[in-house]
Amino acid sequence: MTVENVDKPVETSSFAQPTRVQRIVDHLKREWQIYAMLIPLVIWLLLFLYKPMYGLQIAFKDYSIFRGITASPWIGFEHFHTLFGSEQFVRALRNTFIISFYTLVFGFPMPILLALMFNEVLNQWFRKSTQTIVYLPHFISSVIIAGIVITAFSPSAGIVNTVLGWFGADPIYFLTKPEWFRPIFIGTGIWQEAGFQSIVYLAAIAGVSPTLYESAVVDGASRWQMMWKITIPSILPTILIMLIIRIGNLLEVSFEMIILLYQPATYETADVVNTFIYRQGLQSGQYDFAAAAGLFNAVIAFILVMGANSISKRYSRTSLW
Amino acid sequence: MANMNLYSRGDRMFVWLNMFLIGVFALSTLYPFIYIAAISLSTGFEARAGNVVLTPVELTFAAYKYILVEPAFWRSYLNTFIYTIGGTLMSLAFIIPGAYALSRPQLYGRRFWNLMVAFTMWFNAGLIPFFLNFRDLGLLDSYFGIIIGFAVNGFNVILMRNFFEGIPQSFEEAARMDGANDFQVLWKVYVPLAKPAIATVALFCIVSRWNGFFWAMVLLQDQDKVPLQVFLRHTIAKLSDDQEFSDTLFTQAYSAETVTAAIIVCSIIPVLLVYPFLQKYFNKGILLGGVKE
Repeated sequence: MTVENVDKPVETSSFAQPTRVQRIVDHLKREWQIYAMLIPLVIWLLLFLYKPMYGLQIAFKDYSIFRGITASPWIGFEHFHTLFGSEQFVRALRNTFIISFYTLVFGFPMPILLALMFNEVLNQWFRKSTQTIVYLPHFISSVIIAGIVITAFSPSAGIVNTVLGWFGADPIYFLTKPEWFRPIFIGTGIWQEAGFQSIVYLAAIAGVSPTLYESAVVDGASRWQMMWKITIPSILPTILIMLIIRIGNLLEVSFEMIILLYQPATYETADVVNTFIYRQGLQSGQYDFAAAAGLFNAVIAFILVMGANSISKRYSRTSLW
Repeated sequence: MANMNLYSRGDRMFVWLNMFLIGVFALSTLYPFIYIAAISLSTGFEARAGNVVLTPVELTFAAYKYILVEPAFWRSYLNTFIYTIGGTLMSLAFIIPGAYALSRPQLYGRRFWNLMVAFTMWFNAGLIPFFLNFRDLGLLDSYFGIIIGFAVNGFNVILMRNFFEGIPQSFEEAARMDGANDFQVLWKVYVPLAKPAIATVALFCIVSRWNGFFWAMVLLQDQDKVPLQVFLRHTIAKLSDDQEFSDTLFTQAYSAETVTAAIIVCSIIPVLLVYPFLQKYFNKGILLGGVKE
């Protein structure tokens, strides 16, 4: 690491070669202010994010609140053995991957499609107002979205069952049926986020050179052809990067929303790793066991993110960070 | 875009079909909100019977009257404002100076400090160690804990740092000539130039604070301190299996459904009020996040 302040004369220039310690002291004297600005941030990170990493050791310990993290006895991989022997955890792991996978398959193309469609709207007023509307749910809290879902799918009052009733169908208790949980959860997620996520692609489309379209118009290309031959190939790198990011975050299921929507009757299809950790750890107080599940989750997530980043580096020469 | 008349009939069909589909999507986004508003203004009986589709049936403000006299509702509303404003200011107080320091070429160990920030985006200890740490720090059930405990987010730091790095050195030279120190350079040169980035980070903080519910639910037991979202969550859970409410159906104009809907409307209104002001940042500011290390 070099200190790049060679242009400023060092006060101790009477020495031909100041010692390393002397150089550091001079550097700090001169630049102490930037360290003063950095220190609060570093302390915060140590206190709130790195200290919990030290606390992760309880995954290998028989943690007791009274003994504290450091003094609790080591028990090796016992919690992990229990974890993989637990049907509930294996189910949660499976649900996490299934829900992530469907979210990816159905949720990923939606914002791209929306961006392409917005791009084809010529009436600026119409475009602006529809964009404003579809961005809105992103800014609404999951508690409210869940409240709306619960109301809309309620067996007696809900609009969904009212409409089904018009066709003579019996009311369905949607939120108590395991087979309905995933479609409702994934559909809600798409409804809430697809519009906002389209911003990234709209920005990419805005960056496409207009001359490409102008020459295509001269050649008599239709809008459909221009979309397929110009727009989509131009935003392909963005699509790939977003796909890689998404795969890197595959384990990141929005568990807040699941906590709000699931109930014991739907755990079978709804319970994911983070909701499992929440129940075992924060509700039942099995901190060490739940921390082991969390560590497993975090390690897999870390591998996925790192893998995604190195793939992205190799193929697009742009690292994600 | 070129003149409409240049396009063939196929193109015009395509354009209209496209507009129609977008219109349908936008309406389907809007509809649930209209539906909830309609329920909140209907009588409990009609709402329970599933007769509300688009507009209020037997218009009544009973549900609003029920909720607006509830002191816990106003208390939680105030708390949300405290957490949102306090939390956002706290975030900026850590992030702006920190990001400025990280952007300075002369910072010793710059790569290390940047990696320290970036690593928190790739790996985190998870719910349990975070909670235990919070408890060991004695921050459970405290306003200060919620405000400081979520102040920094690696992504926001890097976003801000990238913006600072993009500001040409020449901007600060005049200030340096006048003998300005780093604090003055940051405050008088960088902060004014970085307004779009600061607005973006502030927006991210405000949105996550306003909507945040999970950690507030876990870390706050004292019901006087919970934010609106937690109050809302408790109320929805309480209403949906409260015997008292199913008995009110024939005696009162409200029901569990209409009260829930009224709370939802009340908590969306502030978002709708500031929404037009946020709108203008979406296309510019928010895309600063092309985060690179």
